[in-house]
Amino acid sequence: MSGEPPTETSPSGAGSGRSGRTAGPAWRVALGRVGAYLGHHQSLAIVLGLAITAAALPLIVLLPPLNGFGTQKDFIGGFADAGVFVLLAIGLNVVVGFAGLLDLGYAAFFAIGAYTYAYGASPFSGLDVPFWPMLLVGAIVAAMFGVLLGAPTLRLRGDYLAIVTLGFGEIVPVVFLNADKYTNGTNGITGLAQPSLYGLFGVNGFGFTNPWPYFLTVVAIIAVAFIFLYRLQDSRIGRAWVAIREDELAAASMGINTVTTKLLAFSIGASTSGLAGVFYASKLSIVSPDQFGFTVSFTALAMVVLGGMGNIWGVAAGAFIVYEIQAQGLKQLGAFVQSLHIPTVALGPLSVDLGSINFINFQYLLYGLALVLMMLLRPEGLFPSRRRRSELHESPEEAAESNEELVQA
Amino acid sequence: MTSATARRRSLAVPWRAPLAAAVALMVAYFVILGGILADPSQQLTFTSAIPQAQAQFINAVTIGAIYALIALGYTMVYGIIELINFAHGEIFMCGSFVSWWLLTTLGFSGAITDPLLLLGILVLAFAVSMLAMGVVGVVIERLAYRRLRNAPRLAPLITAIGVSFILQNIVFVVVSNSIVTTPQIIPNTVLTFGFFSIGLINLFVIILAVGLMAALQLFIGRTRLGRAMRSTAIDRDAAQLMGVDINTTIALTFFVGSALAGAAGVVQGLYFGITVFNIGFQAGLKAFTAAVLGGIGNTTGAALGGFVIGFLEVISSVWGQGRWSEAVVFGMLVLVLVFRPTGIRGQQLADRA
Repeated sequence: MSGEPPTETSPSGAGSGRSGRTAGPAWRVALGRVGAYLGHHQSLAIVLGLAITAAALPLIVLLPPLNGFGTQKDFIGGFADAGVFVLLAIGLNVVVGFAGLLDLGYAAFFAIGAYTYAYGASPFSGLDVPFWPMLLVGAIVAAMFGVLLGAPTLRLRGDYLAIVTLGFGEIVPVVFLNADKYTNGTNGITGLAQPSLYGLFGVNGFGFTNPWPYFLTVVAIIAVAFIFLYRLQDSRIGRAWVAIREDELAAASMGINTVTTKLLAFSIGASTSGLAGVFYASKLSIVSPDQFGFTVSFTALAMVVLGGMGNIWGVAAGAFIVYEIQAQGLKQLGAFVQSLHIPTVALGPLSVDLGSINFINFQYLLYGLALVLMMLLRPEGLFPSRRRRSELHESPEEAAESNEELVQA
Repeated sequence: MTSATARRRSLAVPWRAPLAAAVALMVAYFVILGGILADPSQQLTFTSAIPQAQAQFINAVTIGAIYALIALGYTMVYGIIELINFAHGEIFMCGSFVSWWLLTTLGFSGAITDPLLLLGILVLAFAVSMLAMGVVGVVIERLAYRRLRNAPRLAPLITAIGVSFILQNIVFVVVSNSIVTTPQIIPNTVLTFGFFSIGLINLFVIILAVGLMAALQLFIGRTRLGRAMRSTAIDRDAAQLMGVDINTTIALTFFVGSALAGAAGVVQGLYFGITVFNIGFQAGLKAFTAAVLGGIGNTTGAALGGFVIGFLEVISSVWGQGRWSEAVVFGMLVLVLVFRPTGIRGQQLADRA
């Protein structure tokens, strides 16, 4: 994501406003005014930021080092998939980053969204509901399952929630696998309908050969989700989430209904995941139980932690970076190492042949290392939210400084 | 860790717990028997089904012993630093790989018939695996968890998930990415005492597990270090003021818990004859359920919970629903957490957020 992230707290003018006040060259004043304007019109800033990103990405891949790795079309298809993970990550961020609840079964809601679309628009069920309403249906169904799982378990302490969600994430694919009468078991459901939009993208609009419509659709969905989540973050509910995350007892004694508030975070996170599931299913045109294992939940968690829990732009950037490392980076690294023709190194009985190492096998090892190292060294993530940074680095000066900022904002 | 009140209560009615256990075991036995009789592919009569029911019953106890050994580590670590050590299941998996590596390196592939040699190799395998896993546990605690002891609650949990993936994928990348056959060195003999018969391996596993658990109880209950562990679990600061070295005590807890998981790993290899890099995930989830079922933080409860899970698994497979056993165990986890978060024997109330 190359777009300049707008600052994160509500009338985020704190930074840009200040630069507007300083007298300087005309362009700085103008920039300050634009910044202040966008600060007060957050939704516009989000749309602009995402539009710039979406316009820049297809151009960047045409530049020298990247154009050797694949055609623009390949990259666009990859970006559309990356968009799915961006959606997953910003949804999980509501649960983990805002409300401070560890959800380890997040892929379950992704699976539920995807299977909802499979029931809505495939020969298996005989239904053919259009894609666009199914987006909403998938989100609602996933949210309902979120409530179903959350209602009994959100009363428990946080780490029990982690294990219950872990179990739920394990069970949902097992159910899709074993209830084969209703889900077609291992083979999954195939032939899901592709979306269409009044022939806007031509007859072959949303097809396997043309990734552009999917890319644009996912950017649009992300934009809507961004606006929704930013508005939510700055609302009364958003502040309640932060209060619960920081001190549940204090929050409860200030009159916040902690169970309902947590349930809301849980179901909003689930619905975003369901939305991503519907899109993902329509793009692949097939759903099967093995696409939704624990590794998906784990990847999403790694994205949130790397990006910076609580910062929507940061998490989205983290998701994009992690996805591209997984999809392109490791593959290219392998090709690069292979091109070096390093001779096999023998260390006693062990021989190491760097040329034959499949770096893609290392991805989860790397995510695991990333999680541990981030938690130990930089728990606020690569792109921290201001509030998080102030919590996690409690030198009195820093704390005072960031408190001041928060008060100003 | 058993608290004083619990011990008093169980002393006051010494017959209640054994009676409940006996009734539960009998019920479990008849449920298994019923499942075998109900199996349409076998068409057994009541008498011809009994040997099978007996074998399944013993199978359940054996599987339960493995879960119990893993669950002990969960419950000990949780008791002392209130952390769900997600990496614990992976330690079990690593233990099974250590014993696989040792036995294949020594050149064994099947049963060892010489009893003395068998005993020697078994002692060696358990010693090496338990020691190695104990050290791994201590290293993990030192590198990953110690610095986060006072961090927000989410941080050590996320770290634990990360560590579990690191362990799993080290084995995946370095050792093997598919199922590995482990040497089953204990001969496949069945011992018969009158009308009761039991496989040698089952007898061995049950005796081993019960022995390790008894040793653990003695260690926690009767030794100075055990007392340090109990006091740290109850109140870390007060224990420190009384001169307990907190870091050593917590490291020791990790060592003992991980060593028990290492032992369970060896048993896994001996009993099932296979292991695979992702075996720790499922086993860990089930063992954690066992720990919760027994009341987390309570060692006796964790052992009991392990056996309950073993029976649940065997019963669901006898009734032809083996593929749902995970769903059954998980459903049980949710039910216990919601309706009785303190477990069968737990005393600590799950009160914190």
